[in-house]
Amino acid sequence: MIRASEVSVGDELPPLSVRITRADLVRYAGASGDFNPIHWNERFAREVGLPGVIAHGMLTMGLAARIVTEWAGDPGAVVQYGVRFGRPVPVPDDDKGAVIEVTAKVTKLLDDGTVKVNVTASFEGKSVLGGASALVRPRP
Amino acid sequence: MPLDQSFVGRSYPPSPPYEVGREKIREFAEAVGETSPLHRDPEAARAAGYRDVIAPPTFAIIVSLKANDVLVEDPELGLDYSRVVHGDQSFVHHRPIVAGDRLTAVLHVDSITSRMGNDMLSIRAELSTEDGEPVTTGRCTLVVRGEDA
Repeated sequence: MIRASEVSVGDELPPLSVRITRADLVRYAGASGDFNPIHWNERFAREVGLPGVIAHGMLTMGLAARIVTEWAGDPGAVVQYGVRFGRPVPVPDDDKGAVIEVTAKVTKLLDDGTVKVNVTASFEGKSVLGGASALVRPRP
Repeated sequence: MPLDQSFVGRSYPPSPPYEVGREKIREFAEAVGETSPLHRDPEAARAAGYRDVIAPPTFAIIVSLKANDVLVEDPELGLDYSRVVHGDQSFVHHRPIVAGDRLTAVLHVDSITSRMGNDMLSIRAELSTEDGEPVTTGRCTLVVRGEDA
């Protein structure tokens, strides 16, 4: 697990590239209990004006969290995590799916010993999570 | 129809307890690609100082999503869920969620605002154990798209 003495403002976390396929959407729907058909039913998604099946915003949020949890070494050290959902991520019906690029940077060391990390997630060069950040409590 | 402002400040009775299972944590961790043994191996979790395996940071959505049902199904509020989009989400973990926890959620309506024909509903789910120990505070904004939006 990461130690406070090893962390400085401006540190960049190892970047992450995550692939989302239709199978991942089905798996996440089952795991989370979010069975909204826009995440698995092409016909329904088009009927409500979407370009096709889109990823759960919460799946993108959950996948992006890995950049922080893997850096922290202990997922329990993530004491706060929040995002705004930006543009939807369409997931095509093929094996390539959609690839999300995730970056993160340490932006603040707080008095209570926590570390603020800002996270970005983009798809085809455009942001899909806005104002995403996490607070991590490293070991003293 | 804009949402009724008098709902601001309202809270709902605690949801029935949700029992956090080891296998559910493992299943959720797989779904979001989390590889840590602390989600899978009780021995590893105990060695790290936890009572049992811990949940990934966004696991609390399972409990808060279920808790949202009281709001969605409240006929007085008249929320048209087919027009609802998840605007933002955050979690404050007072401690990690651990397998064996029995969590209840109390839902609070923090604000209702209107912008460009859309209603924005800010809700807060306070997750605690049955004994009242605070575990997670989940906040989200639900955007209700207006008829013309």
